[in-house]
Amino acid sequence: MSAVRVLAGTKKGAFILQADAKRDRWKIDGPFFAGWEIYHVTGSPADPQRLYASQNSSWFGQVMQRSDDGGQTWRTVNNEFSYAGTPGTHQWFDGTARPWEFKRVWHIEPSLANPDVLYAGVEDAALFRSDDGGESWRELDALRTSSTGSTWHPGAGGLCLHTILLDPKDSQRIYVAISAAGAFRTDDGGANWRPINRGLHSEYIPDPNAEVGHCVHRLAMHPAKPQVLFMQKHWDVLRSDDGGDRWYEISGNLPTDFGFAIDVHAHEPDTIYVVPITSDREHFPLDGALRVYRSKSGGNEWEALTKGLPQEHCYVNVLRDAMDVDRLDSCGIYFGTTGGQIYASSDSGDSWTAIARDLPPVLSVEVQTLE
Amino acid sequence: MIRVILPAHLKVLANIGGEIDVEPKGEPTIAAVIGAIEERYPALRGTMLHHDTRMRRAMVRFYACNTDLSQSDPASLLPDAVVDGDEPLLIIGAIAGG
Repeated sequence: MSAVRVLAGTKKGAFILQADAKRDRWKIDGPFFAGWEIYHVTGSPADPQRLYASQNSSWFGQVMQRSDDGGQTWRTVNNEFSYAGTPGTHQWFDGTARPWEFKRVWHIEPSLANPDVLYAGVEDAALFRSDDGGESWRELDALRTSSTGSTWHPGAGGLCLHTILLDPKDSQRIYVAISAAGAFRTDDGGANWRPINRGLHSEYIPDPNAEVGHCVHRLAMHPAKPQVLFMQKHWDVLRSDDGGDRWYEISGNLPTDFGFAIDVHAHEPDTIYVVPITSDREHFPLDGALRVYRSKSGGNEWEALTKGLPQEHCYVNVLRDAMDVDRLDSCGIYFGTTGGQIYASSDSGDSWTAIARDLPPVLSVEVQTLE
Repeated sequence: MIRVILPAHLKVLANIGGEIDVEPKGEPTIAAVIGAIEERYPALRGTMLHHDTRMRRAMVRFYACNTDLSQSDPASLLPDAVVDGDEPLLIIGAIAGG
Protein backbone atom coordinates (compact mmCIF):
# COMPACT_ATOMS: atom_id res chain seq x y z
CA MET A 1 0.00 0.00 0.00
CA SER A 2 1.22 3.48 -0.77
CA ALA A 3 2.29 5.88 1.92
CA VAL A 4 3.29 9.50 2.12
CA ARG A 5 6.28 10.91 3.94
CA VAL A 6 6.53 14.63 4.58
CA LEU A 7 9.99 15.98 5.31
CA ALA A 8 9.88 19.28 7.14
CA GLY A 9 12.84 21.53 7.78
CA THR A 10 12.30 24.07 10.54
CA LYS A 11 14.16 26.75 12.44
CA LYS A 12 14.84 24.29 15.26
CA GLY A 13 15.20 20.88 13.67
CA ALA A 14 13.75 18.47 11.13
CA PHE A 15 10.54 16.50 11.41
CA ILE A 16 9.28 13.51 9.46
CA LEU A 17 5.53 12.99 9.15
CA GLN A 18 4.19 9.77 7.71
CA ALA A 19 0.73 8.47 6.83
CA ASP A 20 -0.79 5.77 4.68
CA ALA A 21 -2.56 6.61 1.44
CA LYS A 22 -5.68 7.74 3.25
CA ARG A 23 -3.62 10.55 4.75
CA ASP A 24 -5.91 10.94 7.71
CA ARG A 25 -3.61 9.79 10.54
CA TRP A 26 -0.09 11.13 10.76
CA LYS A 27 2.84 9.92 12.81
CA ILE A 28 5.34 12.65 13.57
CA ASP A 29 8.99 11.88 14.30
CA GLY A 30 11.52 14.45 15.41
CA PRO A 31 13.02 16.80 16.05
CA PHE A 32 16.10 15.54 14.26
CA PHE A 33 19.14 17.81 14.69
CA ALA A 34 17.28 19.63 17.45
CA GLY A 35 18.13 23.28 17.86
CA TRP A 36 19.68 23.68 14.42
CA GLU A 37 18.18 25.46 11.44
CA ILE A 38 17.23 22.90 8.83
CA TYR A 39 16.86 24.79 5.60
CA HIS A 40 15.99 21.72 3.58
CA VAL A 41 15.40 17.99 3.89
CA THR A 42 14.72 15.99 0.77
CA GLY A 43 14.75 12.49 -0.64
CA SER A 44 16.20 10.90 -3.74
CA PRO A 45 13.64 10.14 -6.45
CA ALA A 46 15.81 7.16 -7.38
CA ASP A 47 15.95 5.75 -3.85
CA PRO A 48 13.34 7.12 -1.44
CA GLN A 49 15.27 5.79 1.55
CA ARG A 50 18.16 8.09 0.72
CA LEU A 51 17.58 11.45 2.37
CA TYR A 52 19.72 14.54 2.61
CA ALA A 53 19.45 17.44 5.04
CA SER A 54 21.03 20.87 5.22
CA GLN A 55 21.76 21.70 8.86
CA ASN A 56 23.01 25.14 9.75
CA SER A 57 23.80 27.34 12.70
CA SER A 58 25.00 30.90 13.00
CA TRP A 59 27.52 29.61 15.54
CA PHE A 60 28.88 26.46 13.94
CA GLY A 61 28.19 26.88 10.24
CA GLN A 62 27.02 24.31 7.74
CA VAL A 63 26.59 20.60 8.36
CA MET A 64 25.32 18.15 5.76
CA GLN A 65 23.45 15.03 6.81
CA ARG A 66 22.57 11.88 4.92
CA SER A 67 20.27 8.99 5.76
CA ASP A 68 20.18 5.65 3.96
CA ASP A 69 17.15 4.33 5.82
CA GLY A 70 14.44 6.89 5.31
CA GLY A 71 15.49 9.08 8.19
CA GLN A 72 15.80 6.52 10.97
CA THR A 73 19.54 7.08 11.23
CA TRP A 74 21.73 9.87 9.91
CA ARG A 75 25.40 10.54 9.42
CA THR A 76 27.30 13.66 8.50
CA VAL A 77 28.83 13.97 5.06
CA ASN A 78 31.16 16.59 3.68
CA ASN A 79 30.32 20.18 4.60
CA GLU A 80 33.12 21.91 2.70
CA PHE A 81 31.82 24.13 -0.08
CA SER A 82 34.76 25.91 -1.65
CA TYR A 83 34.21 28.28 -4.51
CA ALA A 84 36.27 27.46 -7.56
CA GLY A 85 39.25 29.68 -8.20
CA THR A 86 39.38 33.18 -6.79
CA PRO A 87 35.76 33.96 -6.00
CA GLY A 88 35.84 37.70 -6.69
CA THR A 89 32.97 39.93 -5.67
CA HIS A 90 29.25 40.42 -6.05
CA GLN A 91 27.20 43.48 -5.19
CA TRP A 92 26.07 44.27 -1.69
CA PHE A 93 22.69 45.88 -0.89
CA ASP A 94 24.11 49.35 -1.48
CA GLY A 95 25.79 48.43 -4.75
CA THR A 96 29.30 48.16 -3.33
CA ALA A 97 31.45 45.13 -4.07
CA ARG A 98 31.45 42.34 -1.50
CA PRO A 99 33.61 39.19 -1.62
CA TRP A 100 31.84 35.91 -2.24
CA GLU A 101 31.54 34.05 1.06
CA PHE A 102 29.85 30.71 1.69
CA LYS A 103 27.14 30.91 4.35
CA ARG A 104 24.69 28.02 4.02
CA VAL A 105 22.99 25.48 1.80
CA TRP A 106 19.47 26.59 0.99
CA HIS A 107 18.32 23.76 -1.23
CA ILE A 108 19.39 20.22 -2.11
CA GLU A 109 18.24 18.64 -5.36
CA PRO A 110 19.04 14.94 -5.79
CA SER A 111 19.41 13.56 -9.29
CA LEU A 112 16.34 11.96 -10.78
CA ALA A 113 18.28 8.80 -11.62
CA ASN A 114 21.17 8.34 -9.21
CA PRO A 115 20.90 8.70 -5.42
CA ASP A 116 24.60 9.50 -5.14
CA VAL A 117 24.36 12.52 -7.43
CA LEU A 118 22.96 15.70 -5.97
CA TYR A 119 23.10 19.44 -6.33
CA ALA A 120 23.25 22.06 -3.61
CA GLY A 121 22.18 25.66 -4.00
CA VAL A 122 24.06 27.87 -1.58
CA GLU A 123 24.42 31.39 -0.21
CA ASP A 124 26.40 33.36 -1.44
CA ALA A 125 24.80 32.17 -4.63
CA ALA A 126 26.46 29.22 -6.31
CA LEU A 127 25.62 25.73 -7.43
CA PHE A 128 27.56 22.71 -6.19
CA ARG A 129 27.41 19.09 -7.30
CA SER A 130 28.31 15.86 -5.53
CA ASP A 131 28.76 12.57 -7.36
CA ASP A 132 29.43 10.50 -4.25
CA GLY A 133 26.44 10.95 -2.01
CA GLY A 134 27.70 14.14 -0.43
CA GLU A 135 31.22 12.96 0.42
CA SER A 136 32.69 15.70 -1.77
CA TRP A 137 31.43 18.80 -3.53
CA ARG A 138 32.58 20.76 -6.57
CA GLU A 139 31.22 24.03 -7.78
CA LEU A 140 29.63 24.33 -11.20
CA ASP A 141 31.33 27.67 -11.35
CA ALA A 142 30.38 28.74 -14.85
CA LEU A 143 27.10 29.94 -13.36
CA ARG A 144 28.76 32.28 -10.89
CA THR A 145 31.63 33.34 -13.11
CA SER A 146 29.36 34.11 -16.03
CA SER A 147 29.37 37.64 -17.35
CA THR A 148 26.65 38.70 -14.92
CA GLY A 149 27.85 37.17 -11.63
CA SER A 150 29.64 40.24 -10.35
CA THR A 151 26.40 42.23 -10.68
CA TRP A 152 24.25 39.96 -8.54
CA HIS A 153 23.02 41.39 -5.28
CA PRO A 154 21.24 39.85 -2.30
CA GLY A 155 17.57 39.90 -1.49
CA ALA A 156 16.40 40.37 2.06
CA GLY A 157 17.18 36.73 2.80
CA GLY A 158 20.68 36.92 1.36
CA LEU A 159 22.24 36.20 -2.02
CA CYS A 160 20.90 32.69 -2.21
CA LEU A 161 20.48 30.05 -4.88
CA HIS A 162 17.22 28.57 -3.65
CA THR A 163 15.64 26.72 -6.56
CA ILE A 164 17.06 23.90 -8.69
CA LEU A 165 14.89 22.18 -11.30
CA LEU A 166 16.17 19.17 -13.23
CA ASP A 167 14.55 18.55 -16.60
CA PRO A 168 13.28 14.94 -16.59
CA LYS A 169 13.43 14.76 -20.38
CA ASP A 170 16.87 16.28 -20.85
CA SER A 171 19.53 15.39 -18.30
CA GLN A 172 21.73 18.25 -19.48
CA ARG A 173 19.15 20.95 -18.80
CA ILE A 174 19.01 22.51 -15.34
CA TYR A 175 17.20 25.61 -14.15
CA VAL A 176 18.19 27.58 -11.07
CA ALA A 177 16.86 30.72 -9.42
CA ILE A 178 18.75 33.23 -7.32
CA SER A 179 17.52 36.04 -5.11
CA ALA A 180 17.98 38.71 -6.24
CA ALA A 181 19.55 37.90 -9.59
CA GLY A 182 16.90 35.92 -11.43
CA ALA A 183 16.53 32.63 -13.24
CA PHE A 184 19.27 30.85 -15.19
CA ARG A 185 19.44 27.81 -17.44
CA THR A 186 22.11 25.44 -18.63
CA ASP A 187 21.63 23.10 -21.59
CA ASP A 188 24.96 21.31 -21.19
CA GLY A 189 24.96 20.02 -17.64
CA GLY A 190 26.37 23.19 -16.13
CA ALA A 191 29.24 24.05 -18.46
CA ASN A 192 27.47 27.16 -19.71
CA TRP A 193 24.62 29.20 -18.29
CA ARG A 194 22.51 32.05 -19.44
CA PRO A 195 20.00 34.31 -17.71
CA ILE A 196 16.39 33.58 -18.63
CA ASN A 197 14.56 36.64 -17.40
CA ARG A 198 13.00 38.17 -20.51
CA GLY A 199 9.52 39.33 -19.67
CA LEU A 200 10.23 39.95 -16.00
CA HIS A 201 9.51 43.49 -14.86
CA SER A 202 10.74 44.70 -11.45
CA GLU A 203 10.21 48.29 -10.39
CA TYR A 204 12.74 48.04 -7.57
CA ILE A 205 15.80 47.86 -9.83
CA PRO A 206 17.25 50.69 -11.94
CA ASP A 207 16.22 49.07 -15.22
CA PRO A 208 12.94 47.25 -14.52
CA ASN A 209 13.50 45.00 -17.56
CA ALA A 210 17.16 44.23 -16.88
CA GLU A 211 18.70 40.91 -17.87
CA VAL A 212 19.49 40.15 -14.20
CA GLY A 213 18.64 41.66 -10.83
CA HIS A 214 15.12 40.30 -10.39
CA CYS A 215 14.09 38.81 -7.09
CA VAL A 216 12.76 35.46 -8.26
CA HIS A 217 11.29 33.70 -5.24
CA ARG A 218 10.55 30.27 -6.68
CA LEU A 219 10.21 28.23 -9.88
CA ALA A 220 8.02 25.19 -10.44
CA MET A 221 7.69 22.64 -13.24
CA HIS A 222 5.49 19.65 -14.04
CA PRO A 223 7.58 16.65 -15.12
CA ALA A 224 5.27 15.88 -18.05
CA LYS A 225 5.72 19.37 -19.51
CA PRO A 226 9.20 20.47 -18.49
CA GLN A 227 9.31 23.28 -21.02
CA VAL A 228 6.52 25.01 -19.08
CA LEU A 229 7.79 26.86 -16.03
CA PHE A 230 5.94 28.80 -13.38
CA MET A 231 7.48 31.55 -11.29
CA GLN A 232 6.58 33.36 -8.12
CA LYS A 233 8.58 36.54 -8.28
CA HIS A 234 8.88 39.09 -5.45
CA TRP A 235 5.82 40.63 -7.04
CA ASP A 236 4.12 38.89 -9.99
CA VAL A 237 3.33 35.30 -10.85
CA LEU A 238 4.65 34.38 -14.26
CA ARG A 239 4.73 31.55 -16.76
CA SER A 240 7.04 30.50 -19.56
CA ASP A 241 6.10 28.03 -22.30
CA ASP A 242 9.57 27.78 -23.78
CA GLY A 243 11.94 26.82 -21.00
CA GLY A 244 12.32 30.34 -19.72
CA ASP A 245 13.16 32.04 -23.00
CA ARG A 246 10.21 34.34 -22.49
CA TRP A 247 7.95 34.92 -19.49
CA TYR A 248 4.50 36.41 -19.26
CA GLU A 249 2.47 37.42 -16.25
CA ILE A 250 -0.38 35.20 -15.07
CA SER A 251 -1.28 36.99 -11.83
CA GLY A 252 -4.79 37.58 -13.19
CA ASN A 253 -7.35 37.96 -10.40
CA LEU A 254 -5.03 37.18 -7.47
CA PRO A 255 -5.76 39.56 -4.59
CA THR A 256 -2.03 40.24 -4.31
CA ASP A 257 0.69 38.71 -6.45
CA PHE A 258 3.43 38.93 -3.84
CA GLY A 259 4.38 35.58 -2.36
CA PHE A 260 7.02 32.93 -2.07
CA ALA A 261 5.76 29.41 -2.76
CA ILE A 262 4.41 28.03 -6.03
CA ASP A 263 3.79 24.44 -7.09
CA VAL A 264 2.07 22.29 -9.70
CA HIS A 265 -0.55 19.57 -9.28
CA ALA A 266 0.92 16.07 -9.65
CA HIS A 267 -1.38 14.99 -12.49
CA GLU A 268 -2.63 18.22 -14.03
CA PRO A 269 0.23 20.24 -15.52
CA ASP A 270 -1.92 23.36 -15.79
CA THR A 271 -3.17 23.30 -12.21
CA ILE A 272 -0.97 25.48 -10.07
CA TYR A 273 -0.97 26.74 -6.50
CA VAL A 274 0.29 29.90 -4.81
CA VAL A 275 -0.15 31.43 -1.37
CA PRO A 276 -0.56 35.18 -1.81
CA ILE A 277 1.18 37.27 0.84
CA THR A 278 0.12 40.85 1.45
CA SER A 279 3.27 42.68 0.37
CA ASP A 280 7.03 42.88 0.64
CA ARG A 281 6.67 44.82 3.90
CA GLU A 282 3.81 42.75 5.33
CA HIS A 283 4.83 39.11 5.13
CA PHE A 284 1.48 37.66 6.13
CA PRO A 285 -1.73 36.76 4.35
CA LEU A 286 -4.08 39.49 3.18
CA ASP A 287 -6.70 40.40 5.78
CA GLY A 288 -5.33 37.79 8.20
CA ALA A 289 -6.97 35.01 6.16
CA LEU A 290 -4.78 32.14 5.01
CA ARG A 291 -5.83 31.27 1.48
CA VAL A 292 -4.21 29.07 -1.10
CA TYR A 293 -5.06 30.10 -4.63
CA ARG A 294 -5.45 27.50 -7.36
CA SER A 295 -5.55 28.03 -11.08
CA LYS A 296 -6.75 25.14 -13.22
CA SER A 297 -6.03 27.03 -16.42
CA GLY A 298 -2.31 27.54 -16.04
CA GLY A 299 -2.74 30.98 -14.57
CA ASN A 300 -4.77 34.19 -14.75
CA GLU A 301 -7.97 32.63 -13.40
CA TRP A 302 -7.56 31.84 -9.73
CA GLU A 303 -9.87 30.51 -7.04
CA ALA A 304 -9.39 30.85 -3.31
CA LEU A 305 -9.11 27.61 -1.33
CA THR A 306 -10.10 28.25 2.26
CA LYS A 307 -11.86 25.21 3.69
CA GLY A 308 -10.01 24.18 6.82
CA LEU A 309 -7.60 27.13 6.75
CA PRO A 310 -7.77 29.94 9.33
CA GLN A 311 -9.78 32.83 7.96
CA GLU A 312 -9.13 35.38 10.66
CA HIS A 313 -6.22 36.52 12.83
CA CYS A 314 -3.68 34.56 10.81
CA TYR A 315 -0.35 36.32 10.33
CA VAL A 316 2.02 33.57 9.29
CA ASN A 317 4.13 33.38 6.15
CA VAL A 318 4.67 30.47 3.77
CA LEU A 319 8.27 30.39 2.63
CA ARG A 320 9.50 29.54 -0.85
CA ASP A 321 10.53 25.94 -0.23
CA ALA A 322 7.61 25.12 2.05
CA MET A 323 5.07 23.72 -0.43
CA ASP A 324 4.99 20.37 -2.20
CA VAL A 325 2.60 17.79 -3.62
CA ASP A 326 2.27 14.01 -3.37
CA ARG A 327 1.66 11.76 -6.37
CA LEU A 328 -1.28 9.69 -5.16
CA ASP A 329 -4.31 9.46 -7.44
CA SER A 330 -6.08 12.12 -5.47
CA CYS A 331 -3.24 14.59 -5.37
CA GLY A 332 -2.17 15.83 -1.96
CA ILE A 333 -0.95 19.40 -1.45
CA TYR A 334 1.15 20.36 1.58
CA PHE A 335 2.57 23.58 2.92
CA GLY A 336 4.25 24.73 6.11
CA THR A 337 4.02 28.10 7.81
CA THR A 338 6.26 30.30 9.88
CA GLY A 339 3.76 29.69 12.67
CA GLY A 340 4.73 26.03 12.80
CA GLN A 341 1.71 24.53 11.11
CA ILE A 342 1.83 22.04 8.29
CA TYR A 343 -1.41 22.00 6.35
CA ALA A 344 -2.33 19.12 4.06
CA SER A 345 -5.04 18.58 1.51
CA SER A 346 -5.79 15.12 0.12
CA ASP A 347 -8.24 16.46 -2.46
CA SER A 348 -6.14 18.77 -4.60
CA GLY A 349 -6.69 21.71 -2.29
CA ASP A 350 -10.46 21.63 -1.89
CA SER A 351 -10.12 21.11 1.87
CA TRP A 352 -7.27 21.34 4.34
CA THR A 353 -6.24 19.90 7.69
CA ALA A 354 -3.36 20.86 9.97
CA ILE A 355 -1.27 17.70 10.28
CA ALA A 356 1.17 19.47 12.60
CA ARG A 357 0.27 22.58 14.51
CA ASP A 358 3.00 23.71 16.86
CA LEU A 359 6.33 23.07 15.18
CA PRO A 360 9.06 25.71 14.99
CA PRO A 361 8.80 28.03 11.96
CA VAL A 362 8.74 25.80 8.88
CA LEU A 363 11.45 26.53 6.32
CA SER A 364 10.85 23.69 3.87
CA VAL A 365 8.41 20.92 3.05
CA GLU A 366 9.20 18.01 0.75
CA VAL A 367 6.83 15.13 0.09
CA GLN A 368 7.72 11.58 -0.84
CA THR A 369 5.13 9.20 -2.25
CA LEU A 370 6.20 5.74 -1.17
CA GLU A 371 5.09 2.51 -2.84
CA MET B 1 46.76 15.23 26.63
CA ILE B 2 44.70 18.38 26.44
CA ARG B 3 41.29 18.46 28.03
CA VAL B 4 38.56 20.08 25.96
CA ILE B 5 34.97 20.94 26.79
CA LEU B 6 32.82 21.41 23.72
CA PRO B 7 29.51 23.28 23.42
CA ALA B 8 26.39 21.17 23.76
CA HIS B 9 25.43 21.38 20.07
CA LEU B 10 28.80 20.00 18.99
CA LYS B 11 28.71 17.24 21.60
CA VAL B 12 25.41 16.07 20.16
CA LEU B 13 26.68 16.37 16.61
CA ALA B 14 29.70 14.20 17.40
CA ASN B 15 27.90 11.96 19.88
CA ILE B 16 30.23 12.95 22.70
CA GLY B 17 29.18 12.64 26.31
CA GLY B 18 31.38 14.95 28.33
CA GLU B 19 34.90 16.31 28.40
CA ILE B 20 37.32 14.92 25.82
CA ASP B 21 41.10 14.56 25.75
CA VAL B 22 43.09 15.11 22.58
CA GLU B 23 46.74 14.97 21.66
CA PRO B 24 47.54 17.73 19.16
CA LYS B 25 50.16 17.18 16.52
CA GLY B 26 53.11 19.55 16.87
CA GLU B 27 52.93 22.64 19.05
CA PRO B 28 49.96 22.82 21.48
CA THR B 29 47.95 25.57 19.83
CA ILE B 30 44.21 26.12 19.52
CA ALA B 31 44.45 25.29 15.82
CA ALA B 32 46.32 22.05 16.55
CA VAL B 33 43.83 21.04 19.24
CA ILE B 34 40.92 21.66 16.90
CA GLY B 35 42.73 19.77 14.15
CA ALA B 36 43.01 16.80 16.52
CA ILE B 37 39.33 17.08 17.45
CA GLU B 38 38.31 17.16 13.78
CA GLU B 39 40.46 14.16 13.00
CA ARG B 40 38.83 12.11 15.73
CA TYR B 41 35.33 13.48 15.14
CA PRO B 42 34.94 14.24 11.42
CA ALA B 43 31.38 15.49 12.00
CA LEU B 44 32.94 18.56 13.63
CA ARG B 45 35.05 19.58 10.65
CA GLY B 46 34.63 23.24 9.90
CA THR B 47 32.32 23.92 12.85
CA MET B 48 34.85 25.82 14.99
CA LEU B 49 37.38 27.12 12.48
CA HIS B 50 36.52 27.92 8.89
CA HIS B 51 37.53 25.21 6.46
CA ASP B 52 39.48 27.47 4.16
CA THR B 53 41.11 30.10 6.37
CA ARG B 54 41.32 28.07 9.60
CA MET B 55 40.21 31.22 11.38
CA ARG B 56 37.76 31.13 14.26
CA ARG B 57 34.08 31.29 13.43
CA ALA B 58 32.71 34.63 14.51
CA MET B 59 30.35 33.19 17.14
CA VAL B 60 32.73 30.62 18.61
CA ARG B 61 34.90 31.59 21.57
CA PHE B 62 37.81 29.98 23.37
CA TYR B 63 38.30 30.27 27.12
CA ALA B 64 40.95 28.80 29.41
CA CYS B 65 42.25 29.59 32.87
CA ASN B 66 39.59 32.30 33.30
CA THR B 67 40.94 34.05 30.24
CA ASP B 68 39.26 34.77 26.92
CA LEU B 69 41.57 33.46 24.22
CA SER B 70 39.13 34.13 21.39
CA GLN B 71 41.11 36.99 19.92
CA SER B 72 44.39 35.11 20.06
CA ASP B 73 45.88 33.81 16.87
CA PRO B 74 44.73 30.17 16.60
CA ALA B 75 48.38 29.37 15.98
CA SER B 76 49.47 30.79 19.34
CA LEU B 77 50.47 28.46 22.15
CA LEU B 78 47.94 27.45 24.80
CA PRO B 79 48.61 28.30 28.47
CA ASP B 80 50.84 25.86 30.33
CA ALA B 81 47.99 24.83 32.66
CA VAL B 82 46.03 23.65 29.63
CA VAL B 83 49.01 21.93 28.07
CA ASP B 84 49.70 20.17 31.38
CA GLY B 85 46.08 19.03 31.67
CA ASP B 86 45.40 21.02 34.83
CA GLU B 87 42.79 23.21 33.13
CA PRO B 88 40.50 22.47 30.20
CA LEU B 89 40.16 24.46 27.00
CA LEU B 90 36.57 25.61 26.82
CA ILE B 91 35.08 26.02 23.37
CA ILE B 92 31.96 28.12 23.72
CA GLY B 93 29.13 29.16 21.48
CA ALA B 94 29.00 32.93 21.96
CA ILE B 95 26.12 34.16 24.06
CA ALA B 96 23.55 35.67 21.73
CA GLY B 97 19.95 36.21 22.56
CA GLY B 98 17.65 37.86 25.01
